[in-house]
Amino acid sequence: MRNPLSKTITTIQPSGIRKFFDIVSEMDDAISLGVGEPDFDTPWHIRDEGIYALEKGKTFYTSNSGLKELKVEITKFLDRKYDIQYDYNKEVMVTVGGSEAIDVAMRAMLDPGDEVLIPQPSYVSYVPCCVLANGTPVTIELKAEDDFRLTAKQLEDAITDKTKLLVLPFPNNPTGAVLEKKDLEEIAKVVKKHDLFVLSDEIYSELTYVEGKSHVSIASIPGMKERTIVINGFSKAFAMTGWRLGYACGPEILIKQMLKIHQFAIMCAPTTSQYAAVEAMKNGDGDIAMMREEYNGRRRYLMHRFKEMGLECFEPLGAFYAFPSIKEFGMTSDEFATSFLKAKKVAVVPGTAFGDSGEGYLRISYAYALDDLKVALDRLEEYVNELRAKQ
Amino acid sequence: MREKILTFIEKNSRVDLKELAIILGVDEATVVNELQAMEKEHIICGYHTLIDWDKAGIEKVSALIEVRVTPQRGMGFDKVAERIYNYPEVNSVYLISGGFDLMVTLEGKTLREVSKFVSEKLSALDTVLSTKTNFILKKYKDHGTVMTAPAKDERIMMF
Repeated sequence: MRNPLSKTITTIQPSGIRKFFDIVSEMDDAISLGVGEPDFDTPWHIRDEGIYALEKGKTFYTSNSGLKELKVEITKFLDRKYDIQYDYNKEVMVTVGGSEAIDVAMRAMLDPGDEVLIPQPSYVSYVPCCVLANGTPVTIELKAEDDFRLTAKQLEDAITDKTKLLVLPFPNNPTGAVLEKKDLEEIAKVVKKHDLFVLSDEIYSELTYVEGKSHVSIASIPGMKERTIVINGFSKAFAMTGWRLGYACGPEILIKQMLKIHQFAIMCAPTTSQYAAVEAMKNGDGDIAMMREEYNGRRRYLMHRFKEMGLECFEPLGAFYAFPSIKEFGMTSDEFATSFLKAKKVAVVPGTAFGDSGEGYLRISYAYALDDLKVALDRLEEYVNELRAKQ
Repeated sequence: MREKILTFIEKNSRVDLKELAIILGVDEATVVNELQAMEKEHIICGYHTLIDWDKAGIEKVSALIEVRVTPQRGMGFDKVAERIYNYPEVNSVYLISGGFDLMVTLEGKTLREVSKFVSEKLSALDTVLSTKTNFILKKYKDHGTVMTAPAKDERIMMF
């Protein structure tokens, strides 16, 4: 029989996180700090609208780009929160999660040989999506000493005459770093100078915790809207991961082509989810504020505990992850995470799951109730002390 | 700061104060001082425990009683309410709008005990015009907390 597989797909590695989940699910009493989704249920008024849509028999396809009502609400939301203005009719498309938007955007923009700059550590799907779209991923290593921000200098150094697209994954999973307006202005200068485009993954935009450092979209910087695809969604802000709903906004010339891929591959995002999402956008600000407050308290607690156990950690300003360093123990991230799981039955994700530059770090999610965090951190403290005693 | 402290302890009054200070990002003395002040000012009126007596296997009977009363000159409803809330078996008394005046909640050991209270004490008050007793059959949610055990974490380590 012939090899049924394409050459491209065999070069792509499966996500490194799942390996740990498989071990955890075999253990009886293991606890996890590895999950990358909110621990809150979707707020009831939003679920209720989904149920109501089903009751009313709203069970048909929507238009390819999404419900008009939802697209209008998305543009209002982006205007209100980040001061970016889009035409709901031509510059917005509703997708199956932010992840579909990433895939579709890359496929619409890349030709073989086009280089895509991907700062890492970052979300796991940029590189595979780029490869599947025939692009060439070029990673930029974000550094702890830069607070895991992308600097204009790093960007400038990575650009070649093949560079077409920059992925901007902030607020960042897994580090919790954010970019401030002044950072973005510097980056925007370089982007414009080299005539690049930006894929700005802003899925954690509502989850920032420090006053004066709340999310700024690069699309709001003058001259950037026309060269930026903004990707966002409902999963993190409204605890709606299972509804699979996100969106992309950008210049008409791009959205029009992205819509073609979406049209043929997906048809439309789930109708029930879209109706629920309208409610989220209209009346969900209070829910976001409540969840943000809760995450922020856990974040402070987590940082305090790291300090107490002498574990070096960059203060995360957004998302719901902390990224402590384990370099002092002379183990790789994978070794540490594996042996910690075996010894103390707590699952954390090795930093290398988010790129080679995550070596020496762990991703610890605080999308867990405080009581659970406490137990897990007690075990981490025990483990860290045991390792130090052996050294 | 007060609102933040209150919002937190309304859900969990057993939190360690040092931890609460960390969570709120302030020093411990601030939290302790604010709590003491709010107790003194009677903003914090008590710390209670939410118990599922059913699950404990201890029988209790609760009732919501709608009471129509005659307000008293110069006192309005307050005096009547006071006469009612002074009974220790009364859990809560609210003045409400709508078809009746006071909502009284009551907890007793047996049906007979509750009935006895209503017929002999509550209805016997001069100012009480009528009562309507609604026995609670099952408590689903109380003080914002669903009484059933929380669901197991079914989230998967995805990304």
